[in-house]
Amino acid sequence: MSAPAVIRIEDVSKRFIIRKEKSLKERLLNFGRSNMHKEDFWALRDVDLEIAAGSTVGLVGPNGSGKSTLLKMIGGIIQPTSGTVMLRGRLAALLELGAGFHPDLTGRENVFLNAAILGLSRQQTERHFDAIVDFSGIEQFIDTQVKFYSSGMYVRLAFAVAVHMDPDILLVDEVLAVGDEPFQRKCLERIRTFQKQGRTIILVTHGLDQVAEFCDRAIVLEHGRVAADGEPFDALMVLRADFEASRQEELARESPADGPGAAAPRAHFTGISVTSSSGATGRPTIGDGEAVVIAMEVESEAPIRDWMIEIGITTPLGNPLYTTTTDLLGVTLAPLRGVRQFHLQLPSLPLGNGDYSVRTVIRDSSGTEVHLVPVAAQFSVRTDERSRGPVHIPATFQSL
Amino acid sequence: MTTTADERTAALAQQPMRLAGPRRGFFVGTVQGIRDIVGQRELLVLLVRRELKARYKDSTLGLAWGLLRPIATLLIYYVALGKFLGAARSVPAFAIFIYTGLTAWTLFSEIVLVGTGSIVANAGLIKKVYLPREVFPLSVVGSALFNFAIQLAILIAATAVTGQFPLGGRWLYFFLALAVIVVHATAFALLLSAINVYLRDVQHLVEIVLMVLFWASPTVYSWKLVHNELHGGTLESLYLSNPVTLAVLGFQRTFWVAGDAQPFPPHVGALLGLYLAAGLVFLWLAQRTFARLQSNFAQEL
Repeated sequence: MSAPAVIRIEDVSKRFIIRKEKSLKERLLNFGRSNMHKEDFWALRDVDLEIAAGSTVGLVGPNGSGKSTLLKMIGGIIQPTSGTVMLRGRLAALLELGAGFHPDLTGRENVFLNAAILGLSRQQTERHFDAIVDFSGIEQFIDTQVKFYSSGMYVRLAFAVAVHMDPDILLVDEVLAVGDEPFQRKCLERIRTFQKQGRTIILVTHGLDQVAEFCDRAIVLEHGRVAADGEPFDALMVLRADFEASRQEELARESPADGPGAAAPRAHFTGISVTSSSGATGRPTIGDGEAVVIAMEVESEAPIRDWMIEIGITTPLGNPLYTTTTDLLGVTLAPLRGVRQFHLQLPSLPLGNGDYSVRTVIRDSSGTEVHLVPVAAQFSVRTDERSRGPVHIPATFQSL
Repeated sequence: MTTTADERTAALAQQPMRLAGPRRGFFVGTVQGIRDIVGQRELLVLLVRRELKARYKDSTLGLAWGLLRPIATLLIYYVALGKFLGAARSVPAFAIFIYTGLTAWTLFSEIVLVGTGSIVANAGLIKKVYLPREVFPLSVVGSALFNFAIQLAILIAATAVTGQFPLGGRWLYFFLALAVIVVHATAFALLLSAINVYLRDVQHLVEIVLMVLFWASPTVYSWKLVHNELHGGTLESLYLSNPVTLAVLGFQRTFWVAGDAQPFPPHVGALLGLYLAAGLVFLWLAQRTFARLQSNFAQEL
């Protein structure tokens, strides 16, 4: 049975008018000329989407791309300037935890209030009350006023209320990064259970790993338009390529400012590329068991003795996964003068599905950095779907 | 929570698609709007309790503060106006007279004043969760009615103590006047709370207008004085065209038993009925305007 659509977004655009004045006096004074003080800003432009029941969709994009606006529109909090948002089923929004909490009321009173705000009747709340308190893990303080809660306790209670709703559609906006680790895990477990129960989840997040882990569909928004929509892996690749492009742009803008005064490094990389054994290069996608060659070209103005090259593989966020140096590999490089080329051969990459970057450094004999390129090249890895996480181990499982 | 994925999907397929957020359209939305609010009555009750609880939480005297304020006002007017300025000489049972007017007036001004700020005060919620936003002004009406009930209890007790307990058909004036106050004040609260989102000046304007309106109703001076000054001309009809004035007069007709012999404008009952009907139309228009304006609340707050 093909799943029916629960959310249908047709041709939705949203315009915000940025006004520079707010008070009556200013408006009266500028009456007639008020268009001069207006500025249009299109937060969303011609968005068309249909989301099927039971899917988990990650909504990603750079800051200000319209993710939260779209989510709020699905939640009915703001209305589109044109187009329609249709939905069916019961909707619960986890937009900001504890939005409905009143600091002067006790935890117990707030549970009832917040549950009512989210659309639960008193009877239903009473039925779930013990489970809610249990989930939050703050039984001790349930009759204390919320204003005395630590922020962690606050969030725990709010999340506990939210997950005990019985929504068909759950909207989650950047709230998974709260609470301590055990609690976070508990929350993620709950979201998994929701998935199994066939609930539709829409997740807005900057944690791209979460998207890759949870979602079966990712939508990339950029300047209010849908830039990519599909398998999380492909969509995230588009997004990361964009991030890289804007990073390069920023670098290009910064570098002239350095001026000729800034000392150029004695030696620097002139080019770095990643090539897979199937010949793909540029921003290659590495398949299972493929070998990889990282090619580098180095140039020096003045000769350098006793130097080395450090090469690492990092996640898109820059966490190193693998680092080696020519020293560690037992290679002594001849003194550098002019242009030289090197290859690093990697017979196979034990990496899981995802995007990775290559980081390269030239160091002199004392270990001082001569030239660092944090993102020298990028590549993606596509393996079988048998594991998650950055490390790929070809495991087998046997029952004995 | 035991529904399996397939059952849930099948159940969803049965449901029709609906628009996210409130219905558009001036007339179509009325029924839906009322249905939404009725559907949220439990929340409304909780919000009213929140208002009341949060107001007096952590104070030792708690609810008693709600009583002390009108009693203090009563004493001020009784001593300053009644004794020093001599108003009490021409008005029999001056304390009851003043307290009656104040009770009616406090209800009206509390709904309008607190109601106007209610949307802005709940900005945090409105920006995060979709609710029929009418619940916020309406919860103010609820908590104002609760405070009113306490004041009313004192008023009734006072009439009993002074041996002037109102009896019989005069209560009709009270119910009519109460309905007029609630309907008009609610309409104002809805309308002004929505406008206040766009123009924050409204809040301050309302304070001033309410102050003027307080003195434009015979709460602390008697109708006789107005009548003697205006002699039933156009100005007097203008004075009487204020629904709050009529409601205050209606309250006095019920509770100010000692004032029965005092002059009283004609047709107050009929006028109250008329204003109630007009108020209901006004309330409907205010609700529709509110519904129209609320679509942009989240981004204006």
